[in-house]
Parts: sequence; structure tokens; C-alpha cells
Amino acid sequence: MQLYRLTAHELHDLLIKKEISAEEINNAVFDRIEDVEDKIGAYITRTKESALESARAVDKQIRNGEAITPLSGIPIAVKDNMCTDGLRTTASSKILSNFIPPYSATVVKKLEAAGATVVGKTNLDEFAMGSSTENSAFFTTRNPWDTQRVPGGSSGGSAAAVCAGEAVCALGSDTGGSIRQPASFCGVVGMKPTYGAVSRYGLIAFASSLDQIGPFARDVTDCALMLEAVSGHDPKDSTSANYKVPDYTASLVNDVRGLKIGVPEEYMAEGILPEVRVAVKKAMLLLESLGAVVEYTTLPHTEYALPTYYIIAPAEASSNLARYDGVRYGFRAADAGDVIDMFMKSRSQGFGPEVKRRIMLGTYTLSAGYYDAYYLKALKVRTLIKQDFDRAFEKYDVLLSPTSPSPAFRFGEKVDDPLQMYLSDICTISVNLAGIPGISLPCGFVDGMPVGLQLMGKHFDEGTLLRVAYTFEQNTGYHKEFPEVIA
Amino acid sequence: MITGKDVDHVALLGRLELTAEEKEMFTRQLNDILEHFRSLERLDTENVQPTAHVLPLQNVYREDQVGQHMSREDALSNCPDRDENYFKVPKIV
Repeated sequence: MQLYRLTAHELHDLLIKKEISAEEINNAVFDRIEDVEDKIGAYITRTKESALESARAVDKQIRNGEAITPLSGIPIAVKDNMCTDGLRTTASSKILSNFIPPYSATVVKKLEAAGATVVGKTNLDEFAMGSSTENSAFFTTRNPWDTQRVPGGSSGGSAAAVCAGEAVCALGSDTGGSIRQPASFCGVVGMKPTYGAVSRYGLIAFASSLDQIGPFARDVTDCALMLEAVSGHDPKDSTSANYKVPDYTASLVNDVRGLKIGVPEEYMAEGILPEVRVAVKKAMLLLESLGAVVEYTTLPHTEYALPTYYIIAPAEASSNLARYDGVRYGFRAADAGDVIDMFMKSRSQGFGPEVKRRIMLGTYTLSAGYYDAYYLKALKVRTLIKQDFDRAFEKYDVLLSPTSPSPAFRFGEKVDDPLQMYLSDICTISVNLAGIPGISLPCGFVDGMPVGLQLMGKHFDEGTLLRVAYTFEQNTGYHKEFPEVIA
Repeated sequence: MITGKDVDHVALLGRLELTAEEKEMFTRQLNDILEHFRSLERLDTENVQPTAHVLPLQNVYREDQVGQHMSREDALSNCPDRDENYFKVPKIV
């Protein structure tokens, strides 16, 4: 039995039947990492010793007849922009390459409290800025379905790790699609929860009004288990919502009868690869055949989402990244004269090109004389985009679209043209602007590469998204496909 | 239209020192990106309220009581240069 191919809930069943041990599970995953990591490059840091130690503690609990949680002993990867106490956390940036946080992010603490074993920290686009993981300051992660192609970004390391069997589940962060787009490219399930549903405490901030942590998993059931484990109010985070976390596993019902699903025309228009559109239309027909009411609708301000996002996100980023000055932590340039020179040199040598581009863009749009024309204007358009969703959700329970206009692209294809790269987030960014939840799950293959289906829901209605996603998954078999990982 | 002079000014505000190649590249790319943003001008947003945040935010306060906090050693553990219990930086004035 190849344990690294199983889901968390399958492994949990075997654990409680005492057919396997948590240590065996973790060893199987680390063996898999040994086998394929040189072809994939998912991890910046691996934590075998501490993972095995946690696994042995779970095995002891089982031996003692103590109850374990659904994630106990399950190997989980964490994107390297979430702080881990005593464990290097880099955000894939030279400026943080030697940073060892003295505290853990709330999500990491929650996973550890749930008994999960953290197997390592995964690669990302520097400071989560990018759509391909080509912007990492360290190395590029490869797509397990075709190593000549990108895994997506910015959580490419987490998506690739889950896809290749190098972790059972993972955490990513999503500012404009950075969980859903790599989930789509790698053929796994990825969810961006409602803004505020999961604590951001300990997440290295990119754009504070948009960033949200969420799970990667191989199926919808694991996604629900992960979501439940990390959700909830956190008094340490002023952007955390005070709400009662629902029982997400109760939403895993194979039934969509009576649900109303809207398909925004703007997400199926020109620019979406015809084969992707075909896969999504098949998904629409399937859900309709299962009893959902599926019809086209409109989100009229969709075309303005991209410029709105690429004004707001860099503006917030330029402010958040002002803290990297080489004084208290991070990289400091060696040859500085005075303190301003030290700031300038440390930042210039420490940040990569995409980060500098966004600092420049954000600083420009926030600067005197341009604030009203760009930033304030974008905040107002954000209102219009949010109102589009509010109106749509008066009529529909869920909205459905492709996750990305195309399957994973090849390395270098877009890296020199930032605008083209930004366009690959076209189907996902509105969700972040509106703060609603979104999930991506596999809905087919084009030329051997996975295609993602995106479902979007009302604020805090992750349950309905999980129900539709689960029904789709139970009536298809795409999530069971596994890549061979051939370099 | 963004000029090289604008790029220099913005780089200074962002505390970035650009090479000649970076300056040329950012001038071109920022012009392309900002040109794309001009589509927003088509929208009338005269009476639209801005959305800075989708949630009503509240500051996180705690009681003013002595409690557990990060130790001085932990706080200083990542600093590139220190002098006993201080962060050390080059001369300011």
C-alpha cells in the first residue's frame, strides 16, 4: 500500500483500526519526498525529526486508548510565509533568508493542537507575489503533472507537495488566487475561506485586506477537515471575525437538488481557453443533471477587477513591506554608509524584481497627487464589485466558473511580461476583493494537465461550497488521478 | 506618462536604489500597467462609498496588566547587529 497516496480521512480510518501507525505514515511521506523532491522542489525546509516525534506521540495516544482528532499524525506542509516558532521562515525572500520566528502563526498552533505533523515549509513566490512560483528567491517549484510547467502561484510549493504525495494536506495563503490557481494547475482541492474566517496572526503580510490562509487537500473531505481545524476567531488578529465555526464535515452531502448555481458570463468569455470552457460546461451539465438549477448570470464589473486588485494589493504591500529595513531582523547590506543608505541598500539587495515592482507601483498610486486617481478610485470600484456579488447571491446559492483561463503554462512563458502574468489571476481576484469564499477542484484534463472548477459562495457559507464540491467529486473521478512525476 | 524622473522619486520614497537597467525596465512596465488601469476612468464612482475592508474592524485591546510577553533575548535574536541589549545601526546624525 502506498500510504503517501491516501487522503487524511483514509489514513485516519487505518490509524484508528490500528492497521498502520502515524510513524509509518510519516516515514512513507518522507520516503516519497526523498524519491521525488529533486524533480519537484516543493520544500524550502523539511522537518523530519520533529514530524516523527509528533507522530510517535500520536501513536502513544492510540496505544493508550486516547481519542485522536481526524488530523492526528497526518503529515501537513505549511507555506513558508507562516511563522513557525524556532523554524526558519523565509517568505522565499533573500531579505528573510535567515529569519527564525520566536512565535508560531495561530494556524500552525491549531494544526499542532489537532495532532498534525508539520513536515516542512513550502516554496512560494517571494512574499506571495506571483502566479507561477518562478519569483522565489531560492529555486523554482515544478508541476508534478509536467515538470516543464509551473505549479501555479504563489502557493506553488504547497500545491505541488500535496499533488506529488510529498504531504497529505497543506496550508497556503490566497491574496488574489494564490491557493485556488495552483490547486487548479496541480489538480488538487484548494480553498480560500471567507475573509476573517481564519486567523492571519503570524502570516507574513502581503495585502492585509485581501490575504487569507486556507487548505490544500486531495479531496473535498480533507479540505473540510483542514478548514475546520484552522478556522475560528483569534483575539490576536484584528481582522479575525467573531463567529461560530460550523461543522464543515456535516456539509459533505452528495446532493445538490434545489440549489441554484449561477455562472457569470464574464468568466466564460473570450480569453478563457476553449478546452477549459468545455470542461467547465461539462461540470455545469453534470450538476444540472444531479438536480441543481444552473443558469448564466452576470457580474458586470468583472472587467474592472484586475486593475482594481493591482492598485489595492501593491498599495497595501508597499506599506506592509516598509518594515523590512535591516534593523531588527532580516538581511542587512554590508557596505552601508549612514542609516538611510543602509535601508536603501538592504532593501535593494534583499528584495527580488516582482517585489520591487509592486513596491514601486504601490508607492506611486499612494503618492501625493495620484491617491485619488488610483487608490481611492480602486476602493470605490471594489464596492461596485462587491455589490455585483451581493446582488448575484440574492438569487444564487453558489457561483461557478473556471479557476484559471488555461491549464499550467510553461516556465518562462509569462515571467518577463508582468501584465500577462497578472491576467492569469483574472478568474480568482474578484473573490478576494469581495471577501467571499472560493474553492477550486479538478474538473477535467486538457493535454494531460488538470483543469480547475471554481465555486464561489456567500460570506461564511463555506458549507454550501463544500456540499456542491463534494457532490461533484462523488460523481466524477478526477480527484483520484495521481501524477507519475517524470522529470 | 511616467518618466525616469518619476521612477527615481518613487524609488526614493520606497527606499529602493535602482540600477540603470531596473530604472529603464520599471519605467516601461509601470507605464504599461498604469495604462491598463486607465479603464477605471470609464466608471462613474461619484456617489460610491470606498471599501477599504470587507469586515467592520475593531482594534484589538487587552487589559493594561503585566503579563507574558516576548523576552528581550527573543526580540533581539534575529537582529543583524546588536550591542548588548540594543539594535545597532550606522550613525544617524
